[in-house]
Amino acid sequence: MNADLEMLYEKMVLIRLFEETLLKLFSLGHLRGTVHTCIGQEACAVGIVSALDSKRDTLCSNHRGHGHFLAFTDNTDGLLKEILGLKSGICGGKGGSQHLHVNNFYSNGILGGMVPIATGIALSQKLAEENGISVVFVGDGAMSEGVIYESLNMAALWKLPLLLVIEHNQIAQSTPWNLEHGSAIEGRPVAFGIPTETIDGNDVQTIYAATKKTVDDMRKNAHSRCLLLKTYRLGPHSKGDDYRSTTEISSHQMNDPLKRAETVLPEKVVMGIKTLCQTRINQMLESFSLI
Amino acid sequence: MSTYLQNLQNGLFELFSNNSRVILLGEDVLDPYGGAFKVTAGLSTQFPNRVLTTPISEAGITGVAIGLALRGYIPIVEIMFGDFLTLCADQIINHATKFPNMYRDVTCPLIMRSPMGGGRGYGPTHSQSLEKMFLGIPELKLIAPSHYHQPGQTIQHIATQEINPVIFIEHKLLYRETLQLNSEALPLILKTDETGYQTAILRNYDVGIPDVCLIGYGGISRFLPELLKKLAAEEIRIIALLPESIDPVPIEMLAHFAAEAGRIVIAEESTEGFTWASGIASQLYENLWGKLHCPIKMVTSARCAIPTAIQQEADVLISSLNIENAILEVISWA
Ligand SMILES: Cc1ncc(C[n+]2csc(CCOP(=O)(O)OP(=O)(O)O)c2C)c(N)n1
Ligand SMILES: [Mg+2]
Repeated sequence: MNADLEMLYEKMVLIRLFEETLLKLFSLGHLRGTVHTCIGQEACAVGIVSALDSKRDTLCSNHRGHGHFLAFTDNTDGLLKEILGLKSGICGGKGGSQHLHVNNFYSNGILGGMVPIATGIALSQKLAEENGISVVFVGDGAMSEGVIYESLNMAALWKLPLLLVIEHNQIAQSTPWNLEHGSAIEGRPVAFGIPTETIDGNDVQTIYAATKKTVDDMRKNAHSRCLLLKTYRLGPHSKGDDYRSTTEISSHQMNDPLKRAETVLPEKVVMGIKTLCQTRINQMLESFSLI
Repeated sequence: MSTYLQNLQNGLFELFSNNSRVILLGEDVLDPYGGAFKVTAGLSTQFPNRVLTTPISEAGITGVAIGLALRGYIPIVEIMFGDFLTLCADQIINHATKFPNMYRDVTCPLIMRSPMGGGRGYGPTHSQSLEKMFLGIPELKLIAPSHYHQPGQTIQHIATQEINPVIFIEHKLLYRETLQLNSEALPLILKTDETGYQTAILRNYDVGIPDVCLIGYGGISRFLPELLKKLAAEEIRIIALLPESIDPVPIEMLAHFAAEAGRIVIAEESTEGFTWASGIASQLYENLWGKLHCPIKMVTSARCAIPTAIQQEADVLISSLNIENAILEVISWA
């Protein structure tokens, strides 16, 4: 179990350091446009994605997708180049932070818009009969987009291997979730006949275990499923745009998914992993002459 | 001779027989109903696993088709009425056309088929020609065969040659028309133009140069057999150009033939204002500056909702008479 946690923790640390670096590069003027970091939500990306098979499973992601991408591909260089706008980036600099693609990974900047596409990919996987699963990440805010409900209906109707992952971080840009939703989000996939499990989204091991179980089950009986991860966005929406009180944010610091893992792992292991990841990030920055 | 509808049905059959990656999705497309305009009649019986009847979710099924297209299939989506394409706009514009552009090594061979046009009393939300809403979108093609084309062959060409999204427009009033062939009264040439699609070129005269060049597409063709004969009787020589690719438009070919006449009328059924015709006209002005005998005349439907009642509908939609009057007007210029 601890071996799993070490592997999961390492991925979370790498994502955290990568994104903290992005914010630094932004403030130094090396990046333009925008970046949405998943600081505080790394367990969602890592717990879900580590349970997938990147050869046959596909991942559709959203505006807050660096964590999903790194957990799926481990390609820090390609992603940084893309965000820096270099021709050698994974999308030649056209996509930037929100529009990423390599192999089975696709992200786009239109909230909810990837859900029908993930549903179509799930249909292709069902037709191909290779037991692949189509996973799509959305936020709580995106769950008000109508096309998601059209997709859930089709996914249920056609028994497609679609896994909808809702990262419920309780906020959408500046608006708290209770000003946007008239009912509990987790009830909605259920209304379409899609079994939905609500999980502590800051506990990476629990997410990983639940995803493994769900994915195994989906490979055996083609059926759509939903996992709702209760989490919290510790960072700003994009760069510095945060109007939440510092007391609110700091009350969630103890629940930081990295800190949660650190309470379980031996200190020596934690230090080792942190050093390893920091070295990797430093080497990357050196190779770009950014430090 | 077959009708436009039969030609299209046969084309889909051939396509499905020759290419197992083609999948059709749409509302009410299964037999025995076979689609609201019967374009898919018989298809689901022959290919039950590749013709999917869908929930009434136009945006959703467009997205599903895009997912299929990204993963190696060639999806054809039937949108029951072209008016409903507005519901698909986000998936087409912000997803399907963006992927091949912003991702590396990705194609998105999505085909959206839909009937457009009025004249059947379907009223304001089932009669429009909304293709102008989708013009000028990078990586998006709009193909609208007339009844001088072979729509069944065109759809096969799209499915086998195109790697990115295409909207395929079928005018409702063409379905029952018999496809027009070359005839002595109205010589027809189908020429492959610079877009790779065919432009139908019609002349209502044997020798000499044309008085007027008439440019149109899709359903406009239904007016031409009668109108061109009538004008021939009045010794008005017309060259009519009907490109089936309306975006990109074969501007070089259009300019080449339009230059012969020096007087140009462009006709389309969409409502007046920011039209296909205005886009063509501005390009022709640039190409033919100094060679035109008079301003280009554009004919469209009136800028209003299309009424259901028969006379009211006829009053606002483009008609053969509107086109004829425009032709007479450009001739009247010295
Ligand atoms: C269709 C659409 N509407 C609005 C936006 C602008 N926007 C980007 S992120 C965001 C908030 C999204 O909230 P949520 O789905 O909860 O994801 P989170 O940012 O919390 O991860 C908004 C409104 C967008 N990108 N797409
Ligand atoms: Mg949110």
